[in-house]
Amino acid sequence: MRLDELPRGTPATIDRIDWEQLPAHEARRMRELGFDEGVSVAKLHAAPLGADPIAVRVGRMTIALRRAQAARVSVTTGGAA
Amino acid sequence: MTPAPMIALVGNPNAGKSALFNALTGARQKVGNYPGVTVERKSGRMALDDGRPVELVDLPGTYSLDPASPDEAVTRDVVLGRQAGERRPQALLVVVDAGNLDNHLRFTLQLIALGLPVVVALNMVDMAERDGLRIDAERLAAELGVAVIPTVAVRRRGIAELRAALAALVGDGSRVPEPAAEPVDIATLQRRARTVAAAATAEEPVARRITHALDAIALHPVAGPLILAAIMFLMFQAVFSWSEAPVGWIEAGVAALQNATKDALAPGLLRSALVEGVLGGVGAVVVFLPLILILFFFILLLEASGYMVRAAFLMDRLMARVGLSGRAFIPLLSSFACAVPGIMATRTIDDPKDRLTTILIAPLMTCSARLPVYAVIIGAFIPERTVGPGIELQGLVLFCLYIVGIIGAMAAALVLRRTVAKGPSHGFMMEMPRYQAPSPRDLAIGLWQRALIFLKRAGTIIAATTVLLWLLLTFPQPPAGYDKPAIDYSVAGRAAGALEPLVRPIGFNQDIALALIPAMAAREVAVSALATVYSIQAGDDEAAQEKGLVDRLRGRWPLPTALAFLAWFVFAPQCLSTIAVTRRETNGWRWPAFMLLYLFALAYIAAGITYWTAVAAGL
Repeated sequence: MRLDELPRGTPATIDRIDWEQLPAHEARRMRELGFDEGVSVAKLHAAPLGADPIAVRVGRMTIALRRAQAARVSVTTGGAA
Repeated sequence: MTPAPMIALVGNPNAGKSALFNALTGARQKVGNYPGVTVERKSGRMALDDGRPVELVDLPGTYSLDPASPDEAVTRDVVLGRQAGERRPQALLVVVDAGNLDNHLRFTLQLIALGLPVVVALNMVDMAERDGLRIDAERLAAELGVAVIPTVAVRRRGIAELRAALAALVGDGSRVPEPAAEPVDIATLQRRARTVAAAATAEEPVARRITHALDAIALHPVAGPLILAAIMFLMFQAVFSWSEAPVGWIEAGVAALQNATKDALAPGLLRSALVEGVLGGVGAVVVFLPLILILFFFILLLEASGYMVRAAFLMDRLMARVGLSGRAFIPLLSSFACAVPGIMATRTIDDPKDRLTTILIAPLMTCSARLPVYAVIIGAFIPERTVGPGIELQGLVLFCLYIVGIIGAMAAALVLRRTVAKGPSHGFMMEMPRYQAPSPRDLAIGLWQRALIFLKRAGTIIAATTVLLWLLLTFPQPPAGYDKPAIDYSVAGRAAGALEPLVRPIGFNQDIALALIPAMAAREVAVSALATVYSIQAGDDEAAQEKGLVDRLRGRWPLPTALAFLAWFVFAPQCLSTIAVTRRETNGWRWPAFMLLYLFALAYIAAGITYWTAVAAGL
């Protein structure tokens, strides 16, 4: 499942990030904000007007990002991590 | 004697760096600039326990030594000892958020690898405990190989221990260690950071209740935007209603000074220069100190509490429609206080086209320097009555002026992003920190610095321009038998006479033309200039001299002219500091010249439309 499609409040784990599909500076910023394979994530909030951007919990941090960026992150829910 | 050793304060954004800096240095801070870049250099002195002085430099918060913005580049260069105008640091004080170790330790590991002496301030341990995290500082120190001191900077806990740890680390400043920069892969560092953090942390599952509960409301799709609008509205109402009493005190103080000067000096040019020029002009501006402080109070509060990023989140979608991102909202909101720090805050925007657009529209946000102008004109021409429950007409007009500025800015961004600042739209990615009750002491230090900057401006640039204007308005003196007002014979009067035909089509009179010239230096000078002009025109007529500027304007200008004057100031780029900071931030004259041109064109059109619409409506 893609991170932007993850239902709100469902805990999940990042299993793959399309680093190559992201512009270099965005990829680096995502790493700096803690996005990495194996990290736990959950979608917390969606902005008004079109539910974009979204706020997600990544590890211990809450990160706001746009859906287009979240779509590069694949997650698995449940114990499949 | 060798200069005091320098310690650099480094850390991730939202680690509580500024609070720690305030706790260590108190109000003994100096704010300057690094040469060649407009990154603020904040430094302060502190004494170690044995009395040795050290200089502490607060570096911009950054996530790594791989800079994405000019701010972050300064942090890297200072730490590596490459920054022009800065000494090499003797030691690093690294601040980490105890509740966010996985992430903050990555940067810490990168800094420790440089080989400089390091002390880690394990900050916000109280909040981490509330999150169910227990951090073993000794274990962490052993893993990292450096001293780790638990602190709560906003409550000033752990500060003495931190000072002791620094004292143990800092030599006499004669030998400054050389940093060794070696590139490390970020993914490797991140994994190591997670291992270290896990080893030193015992976790009990507790939700971050407060932040979660607050975000459920603040980011709610319906309640969120309403709260944001309410906060904005409250902020602008407060600027006016809370400031009433202190403004009265300052006015009374200036009047008392003017009377004392009149009593002490014989009538003549010197008395006129002091009473009408210096005191009248500077007084008319200093009166607005309370308004400006209230505005900054709100902005500092929104920033320190963590709400500002939530506002950016809520606004991102709207900003995206005009080609910007929610990130631009923060510099734009700061621009309501002053465009100069606003434009400087655009350095956190990594996309150059986004940043340029934000710089170009920042002067359209109604800055505090416009408040004196708006307040005087609204006070003189808009009747004081309520138009609904709790809504005052004067406040409503002011609110509309802010809205017009915002709409103008959004329209300008839309056009700029499709023309001169064309480029693909970039993403929006920001960390949302926990909510925090800001410490009153940090707020007070922030306000104190703003007050000093404002008073310094009033005492230098504004005082100088009003005295110069007084000279230009007074000399040459007309010959005996000159039948028009003496002012028309002066240098300024003649210049205004030449400018007047240009501004007549938009409803401006010669007095306004006169005030617009010195107001190029700073908008609020328009008020002091008008005050000086009408004060000189009143001459020795005691009854006329008793009146304030508001009373003098009333009846002298037709309403359409007053409204056109307001519309002019929504757009006009009359501020030398803004032009100067734009030149520095964009590395040349091209963009400030463009900014001047497009904003003056907008000001002229807006004033013209306002004037003729008002005339047609029979106002």
